[in-house]
Amino acid sequence: MKSAVIVFPGSNCDRDIQVALRDITGVEPTMVWHGDSDFEKVDLIALPGGFSYGDYLRSGAMAPTSPVMKEVVKRAKDGVATLGICNGFQVLTEAGLLPGALMRNAGLKFICKDVKLRVDNSTSIFTNQYEQGEVINIPVAHHDGNYFCDEDTLETLECNSRIAFRYCDETGDASHEANINGSLNNIAGILNSKGNVLGLMPHPERLIDPVQGGTDGRKMFESILGALTNA
Amino acid sequence: MTKQEIAQEITSEMVAEHGLTEDEFANIVKALGRDPNFTELGIYSVMWSEHCSYKSSKVHLKKLPTEAPWVICGPGENAGVIDIGDGQAAIFKMESHNHPSFIEPYQGAATGVGGILRDVFTMGARPVANLNALRFGAANHEKTRHLVSGVVAGIGGYGNCVGVPTVGGETGFDASYNGNILVNAMTVGIADQNKIFYSAAAGMGKPVVYVGSKTGRDGIHGATMASTEFSEDNEEKRPTVQVGDPFTEKLLIEACLELMSSDAIVAIQDMGAAGLTSSSVEMASKGGVGFALNLDHVPQREENMLPYEMMLSESQERMLMILEPGKEDFAKAIFEKWGLDFAIIGEITDSGNLTLSFQGDVVADIPINSLVDDAPEYERPWIKPLSRKPVDMDELEKPEDYNKVLLDLVGGPNLSSRAWIWEQYDHMVMADTLKGGRPGGDAALVRIHGTKKALAMSTDCTPRYVEADPFEGGKQAVAETYRNISATGAKPLAITDCLNFGNPEKPEVMGQFAKACEGIGEACRVLEYPVVSGNVSLYNETNGEAIKPTPAIGGVGLIENYEDAVSIDFKTDGHAILVVGETEGHLGASIYLKEIFGLEEGEPPFVSLGQEKKHGEFVRSMIEQGHVRACHDISDGGIAVALAEMCMAGDIGANVADESDSLSFQAWAYGEDQARYIIAAEEHCAAKIMSDAAIMGIPAFCIGTVGGKKLEIGNRISIDVADLKSAHQSWMPNYMAEENKKS
Repeated sequence: MKSAVIVFPGSNCDRDIQVALRDITGVEPTMVWHGDSDFEKVDLIALPGGFSYGDYLRSGAMAPTSPVMKEVVKRAKDGVATLGICNGFQVLTEAGLLPGALMRNAGLKFICKDVKLRVDNSTSIFTNQYEQGEVINIPVAHHDGNYFCDEDTLETLECNSRIAFRYCDETGDASHEANINGSLNNIAGILNSKGNVLGLMPHPERLIDPVQGGTDGRKMFESILGALTNA
Repeated sequence: MTKQEIAQEITSEMVAEHGLTEDEFANIVKALGRDPNFTELGIYSVMWSEHCSYKSSKVHLKKLPTEAPWVICGPGENAGVIDIGDGQAAIFKMESHNHPSFIEPYQGAATGVGGILRDVFTMGARPVANLNALRFGAANHEKTRHLVSGVVAGIGGYGNCVGVPTVGGETGFDASYNGNILVNAMTVGIADQNKIFYSAAAGMGKPVVYVGSKTGRDGIHGATMASTEFSEDNEEKRPTVQVGDPFTEKLLIEACLELMSSDAIVAIQDMGAAGLTSSSVEMASKGGVGFALNLDHVPQREENMLPYEMMLSESQERMLMILEPGKEDFAKAIFEKWGLDFAIIGEITDSGNLTLSFQGDVVADIPINSLVDDAPEYERPWIKPLSRKPVDMDELEKPEDYNKVLLDLVGGPNLSSRAWIWEQYDHMVMADTLKGGRPGGDAALVRIHGTKKALAMSTDCTPRYVEADPFEGGKQAVAETYRNISATGAKPLAITDCLNFGNPEKPEVMGQFAKACEGIGEACRVLEYPVVSGNVSLYNETNGEAIKPTPAIGGVGLIENYEDAVSIDFKTDGHAILVVGETEGHLGASIYLKEIFGLEEGEPPFVSLGQEKKHGEFVRSMIEQGHVRACHDISDGGIAVALAEMCMAGDIGANVADESDSLSFQAWAYGEDQARYIIAAEEHCAAKIMSDAAIMGIPAFCIGTVGGKKLEIGNRISIDVADLKSAHQSWMPNYMAEENKKS
């Protein structure tokens, strides 16, 4: 399975996802610079966490205007698997590949900690190694992760099992208390309608080795590897 | 400022406004053989400021031990460098940004982080960890919440964006910081030993290159501000606080490291305090050369900037470097790729002078050695601090409810959980922060990427002790980092120090400084734990009130295999609990006296450095041999607080016997005797640890077992761990939530 990691000047989780992909797929990912308008054919495009262009205007707002994103949008629309983590999720919404927006956290503060997520779609190419309803432990680190969309979009997401992950408590209850950032319906990650684009705020690439505090992030990359290798 | 103002004659008022004494001015005139012009006066004033020249502290700093076989570069460069094996080096330093953070907490703290990051990557290291040491005023002081909120947001705002994890630190509250908080930031980086960059300029005619952000008018006289006391009018100094841009810093790190992988750079230095002035002067001075700079080529953010402003600006995210001739285009392409300014602003000369031209005129021409070698150096008068009387504990009424005492301590301002703070810092970016080394433990542990090694890092100081006895307090600050690092299993290698004191012109403050330095030096010598970098921050006073002397120490250690490392959390029912080290019940200058009785009295605990070394080595060897399941140093709050912290971290109880014996319970449980650790181990391992300790003559006692849901200590303490956690975790959020209610 071949993958590409898009590198914006302010990306800072590009190496982390590169390491995770190399470790789990066994193939060195291609690092693609934001100024490049073309790159080799890959099975997976990953948009890493960070602060794309400083994000002083709004998280991810500038990124869609970059040469590389024009190509990413085109390929994602053609069905190439595209994964956006944290800032990558923000960029995907700004680029129109996923609906909605990520606003400032309800508590107005940056939050970095392990959180519990419930897997609400375990059939996608990104999540098939998880059990439906499984509660997993994944860290978050963001200031703008408060997911918002209009009511019709929310209903569409809910009715089509496009909410891949929700913030929950240890029992799997997506309670108000477990909603760390004020996201609508505790949304932590969503899929596009075709199921080939996933955006999520938590960082699965940070928990792939027991010494990091767990391995619940591995299954996401194993899911992708399984789905795209067999395809 | 206008051109006319610059051209005016120098008056004694101007000299005083620049923080120079009459004698110092006379020396400037002597060095130049004429009166300086306004630009030159500005340059001398910052280079001769306390902040840049260390004129009051130098004589004492010279006494600190700075060498060990593993030290590659000690103090004097941008940061200290130590050997961590396999051809790699750890490069680190801690620096203060106190006054700016008090005036404008967000930007002050943010640019403090930015400055220390630059000190480290300037030397060729990729920064891998940030730490800090913060001191705020009393929790009930009207400004404290606002300052905590701004400083924490500023540190996070900068570090999170740059993508370097903030993995550790300490935060204290004390009324002595009401008008002068301390924000000390530390960065640790990793480099290949054959790719370390230094700042000494060399090579006639080689180009002097400016890279990074453009120069604006911000931060002019920051170094001078850091060299005077604060007063009521400090709000007016807001324009001297720099404004940070972490995105540009991120670009600068990547661009510099990319260029550093070639052989284009001769020397490099960041523009920190006193900006273009100190960077150019220090590079030229170290290389014994002159610099000719054309200020018309300096990238400028604002219009009509004058030489004085350009030379004194402290605009952030800028670097100065000397390139190999012919490499300019290659270097420029890298900086352009990262969207950063690149300008050749001058060349190295053999004049020995700093010569500045502007719009065709020479506007300053100063012998470099007069700015550095002739800078004032004072042996300021100091008096030995008065020693305190021991506290007579028999005169104090003993608490009736020791449960309440423990809850008050772990749920009070100084020992409560700092999660509210470090959850605002991205402490996991780079994916090398180890689970057991996340914030909240004894030392942060960060894996050295792609290896089995990890760095252990901790910042510590107990200002209560330093105030009570600067010599013992200085020793203790070093010893505590040594213990915190040892408690993870890592070997402590070297320290950086950030010495925060009051006005050095006061003999009693200078006495604190002199004795604390002696104590630090003594500890470093015995523990074989040298000082490789540091920073001095004096004049931490407001309206004549000095802070508690606060020599913050940042320690760095190495563990060869991170899988051997242990954390503080109790893990499994049935593990035996041991105390290593002698318990004598010392309560003088303790947190127990301060928080429970409101008393800041008595002598601090004596630090036996021999025991610190012996016990530290013993604990490390037991960890390395795999006998230890959890380990925690005993510090503030003694055995009782250490046990509570281990229970809370592991979410499991402990049943401990009251071993107070001939001591009173309060002295046994809350005494702060040094050189002690608590260890949890499986039973057979505990027996092995005790027998090995006995052979070595190290006190080690089994005091109980891990298990259950309560922490029980004899018949005096019995508290549900859940209640301890609730008290411990709720203090900071509840305290900070009151700010939101007000606003």
